[in-house]
Amino acid sequence: MNIASIAAARTDDAIDRALRREKISIRNLSFHYASNRALNAISLPLYEHHVTAFIGPSGCGKSTLLRVLNRMYDLYPDQRAEGEVLVDGVDVLAPHQDVNLLRSRIGMVFQKPTPFPMSIYENIAFGARLYERLSAADLGMRVEQALRRAALWDEVKDKLATSGLSLSGGQQQRLCIARSIAVRPEVILLDEPCSALDPISTAKIEELIDELKEDYTIVIVTHNMQQAARVSDYTAFMYLGELVEFDATSRMFTSPGDKRTQDYITGRFG
Amino acid sequence: MIDVTLRKNGARTRALPTRGRILQRLRRNDAIYRNVTRGAAIGVLVLLGGVIVALIDGSMPAWRAFGFGFLASERWNPVTENFGALAPIYGTVVTALIAMVIAVPIGLLISVFLTELCPTWLKRPVGTAIELLAGIPSIIFGIWGLFVFAPFLQGTLQPFLITVFGNVPVLSSLFAGPPYGIGVLTASLILAIMVLPFITSISRDVFEQVQAVLKEAAYGIGCTTWEVVWNVVIPYTRVGIIGGIMLGLGRALGETMAVTFVIGNAHKISASLLAPGTTISAAIANEFTEAVGDLYTASLIALGLILFVITFFVLAISRYMLARIERRIG
Amino acid sequence: MSTLYRRRKRRDVIMMTLSFLATIVGVGWLVLILGVLVWEGLAGLSLRVFTEMTPPPGADGGLLNPIIGSLIITALAVAIGTPVGILAGTYMAEYGRHSRLSTVVRFVNDILLSAPSIVVGLFIYEVMVAPMGHFSGLAGAVALAVIVIPVVVRTTEDMLRLVPDQMREAAAALGIPRANVIRSICYRAAGAGMLTGVLLAIARISGETAPLLFTALNNQFFSTDLNAPMASLPAVIFQFALSPYKDWQKLAWTGALVITVAVLALSIVARALAAPRKMP
Repeated sequence: MNIASIAAARTDDAIDRALRREKISIRNLSFHYASNRALNAISLPLYEHHVTAFIGPSGCGKSTLLRVLNRMYDLYPDQRAEGEVLVDGVDVLAPHQDVNLLRSRIGMVFQKPTPFPMSIYENIAFGARLYERLSAADLGMRVEQALRRAALWDEVKDKLATSGLSLSGGQQQRLCIARSIAVRPEVILLDEPCSALDPISTAKIEELIDELKEDYTIVIVTHNMQQAARVSDYTAFMYLGELVEFDATSRMFTSPGDKRTQDYITGRFG
Repeated sequence: MIDVTLRKNGARTRALPTRGRILQRLRRNDAIYRNVTRGAAIGVLVLLGGVIVALIDGSMPAWRAFGFGFLASERWNPVTENFGALAPIYGTVVTALIAMVIAVPIGLLISVFLTELCPTWLKRPVGTAIELLAGIPSIIFGIWGLFVFAPFLQGTLQPFLITVFGNVPVLSSLFAGPPYGIGVLTASLILAIMVLPFITSISRDVFEQVQAVLKEAAYGIGCTTWEVVWNVVIPYTRVGIIGGIMLGLGRALGETMAVTFVIGNAHKISASLLAPGTTISAAIANEFTEAVGDLYTASLIALGLILFVITFFVLAISRYMLARIERRIG
Repeated sequence: MSTLYRRRKRRDVIMMTLSFLATIVGVGWLVLILGVLVWEGLAGLSLRVFTEMTPPPGADGGLLNPIIGSLIITALAVAIGTPVGILAGTYMAEYGRHSRLSTVVRFVNDILLSAPSIVVGLFIYEVMVAPMGHFSGLAGAVALAVIVIPVVVRTTEDMLRLVPDQMREAAAALGIPRANVIRSICYRAAGAGMLTGVLLAIARISGETAPLLFTALNNQFFSTDLNAPMASLPAVIFQFALSPYKDWQKLAWTGALVITVAVLALSIVARALAAPRKMP
C-alpha cells in the first residue's frame, strides 16, 4: 500500500523516542460553540521538533483543536474551552495567560493565504517590528532570513516593495509562513495550508515543513492523507469531536489500532 | 545537534520577558483605544440625547404657555405672542404626502425600467446619474423653484387647474385661485422632484436583490414582464419598498431649503393647494433669526421638536422595514 | 384565451411604456434643473466671483468671503466629525461587534443620519449660540460636524465589516493586540472605503444651509474669526436669492453652480474610489 510505504520510510523510531520532548500537552480538552460540543475530552502530546498531523473527516473538530492551541477562539463570543493545554508545562487556557504573548510564540498559517494589504517587506517586518526594537539593517536582515527560511527569498528579493497581494497563491502562502517565522515562534500551526494551492506549490510547502521542523514544533491539519503520511511524524485521527487514535505516523498508516481509523485511511468514508 | 537546539531555546526564553513587557504596553494601548472608540460610540448616543434634551428644554416656555393646545391652534401672532403649530404641521404633512403621491409611482416605474428593461450598457450611467442627483443640495432645488418653476406654474398649470376645476364641487376649492406661483402645490412638486432620485435608487437596490431564479421561474410559465414585476418582484420586496418610501417621506418631511423658497410662509390653513402656506422647517428657517422674545423663539423650537418626533417615528419604521428585508434576503 | 392573452400583452406594453416615460421624465426633469443652473450660473461666472467680496445691493462684487467661510466651516466640521465618526464606527465593527451597545448605536446613528438638518441647527443654537450669546463660525462648524458624524460612522462600520475576518485572525495569530490590528491592517484594508465616506460627508455638508442659518449666521464682510458670525455660500445664496436685487440674484445662481460643481465632483471622486465595492 502506497501511503504505508511512504510512512514506513520515515521511521527512525529509536532515536526519535530518545529525543522527543512534549512541547505541548493537551489534557482532557473539551470545546463548545455556544451549546454545541465540538471537542470531547481530548488528550494528546505534541512533540518538539516533530510534525504532528490532525486528520479526520470534515467537521471532526481538527481545525477547532488547532484553534484552541493559540486561543484563536478568544476572538469570538460564545466559544469556550475546558481542560488544559500545557505549553512547556504552563496552562495556556488559564484566564490570566497573556494571549498575545502566547500567539507570538505559536504561529499560525491559514487555509486561505492572508497577506496583509501592504508591501511584501512590510508584511514580514510588521510583526517583528512590533515586538523588538530593531535597527533598519537588523530588520532588513530579519526579513531576509524569514523569507529565505520560507524558501521565498529568491522569488521576491527584487520586488520587496510591491504589494503582498500581487503574489501567486503558493507564494502568498509561503509569505504567510515567513511572516510567522519573523516573529520567532516556537510552534507553527498550519490549518490545511495547501488546500487552496496547486500541486507544485503544495510540494514546495511540504518540503518547507520538513525543513522547518528542525527549528519548530509543527502541527498541521489536513484532509489529505497522503500529505499527512508524507510530512508528519505523528498523526492524530479525530472523528466527531473525539480523538480516536494517536500514534507515530508510520504505525498509524500501517497498522491502525481502531476500526474507524482503518476505514478512514483506506478511504471507506470521509 | 541537541546542543544547538538547547541553545536556541535558551535564546528564545531569554527574549520572552522583554516581549512580555512590550506586549503589556501594547495591551495597555489596546485597552485605551478600546475605551476611546467606545466613548465615541456612546458619544453618538449622547448626541441624539442632546438633541432631544435641547429641543425639549428650549421649547419649555411655549409648552408652559400654550400646553398641548399648541398642537391644535392655528394662530401665529408674533405681536400678541400667541402661537400655535397647526398650520405648519398641516403644511408639512400635506406637502410631504403630495410629494410622495407623485414621486413614489414615478420612482418605482423608473426602478422597473432600470432593473427589467434598460439595456445593460445604459444601466450604470442612468443609475449613477440618479444617485448623483440624490446628492444635489436642496438649496439648488429651492432657487430653481423660486426663479423658474413657480413663475412657470403661475403662467401655465395653475390657471389651467383653476379653470378646469372651477365648477367641480370639491376640487374647485382645492384649486381656488388666484395663481400666486408659490404655494403649497409648488412646494409639493419641488419636494417630489427632490425625493425622486432618493426613492428610485433605494427601490432599484431592493429590486435588484430579488434572486434571478424567482423571476426566471415566473418568466418560465409565460408571464409578461409587467406580470413578473407585479406578481413576483413587488410582493417579494414589499417591505423594502415601504422602508424606502418611509425614508423618502422622512426626508420630505424634514426638508427645509427646497420648501422655504416657494411655500409663501403664511401661517394659515387654506383649502386651496394654490394658496401660500408654511411648513415647520420653512417657518423655522424664515423666522428664527428674527424672532424677538423668548416665547417666539421657544415656539419655533417647539415646532422643531414636533418635526423631530414625527421624523423619528417615520425613520424608525423605515429602518425597521429595511432591516427586515435585509435579514430576509441577505 | 387569445383575447385574454392580448389583454395581458397590452397591459404589459402599457406599463413598460409608462416606466420608460417615467425614466425619461424623471431623468429629463433633473437634467433640466441642472441645465438651468448651469445656464444661469455661467452667466454670472467670472474671475471676480472668486476674488471679490459680496457687494452691497446694486454694486459689483464676488463671493470670496462666503467661499472662504464655507471652506473654513467645512474643514473644521470634517476635522471635528471625522475622528469621532471613525472611532465610533471602529467600535461597532471591531471591539463591540457583538455588543448590545453597537445595536443601539447603529439605530440611533441611522436616526441622526436622516434627521432634519434644521433640527441640528436648533440643537447647536441651544447648546452653543444661546449660551455664548452670539452667532459664530465655530457653532456653524459644530452643527455641520453633527451631520458629518453619522455619515462617517455608517461608512466606517460598513467598510470595516467588509474586511475579511481571516485578515484579523491572521494578524491576531501573530500575537498582535487588537488596536494594532485595527490601525495597521483593518484601516489599511478599508481605507479607500472609509475615505469615500468622508468625501460623501463633505459633499453632504457643503450644500447644507438650514443648520447654518442660526449658527454661523452670515457676514457681509471678510472674516476668519471663528468666534464671530461667518459668511457661507449656502447662507449667502439663501439671502441673495430671496432679495429683490437682480445683481444679488445673479450671484446666488453663480454660487449655486459653484456648490453643485463641488458637490458633484466630490461624489464622483468618492464613487471612483469606492468602485470595486458596493456603497451603502
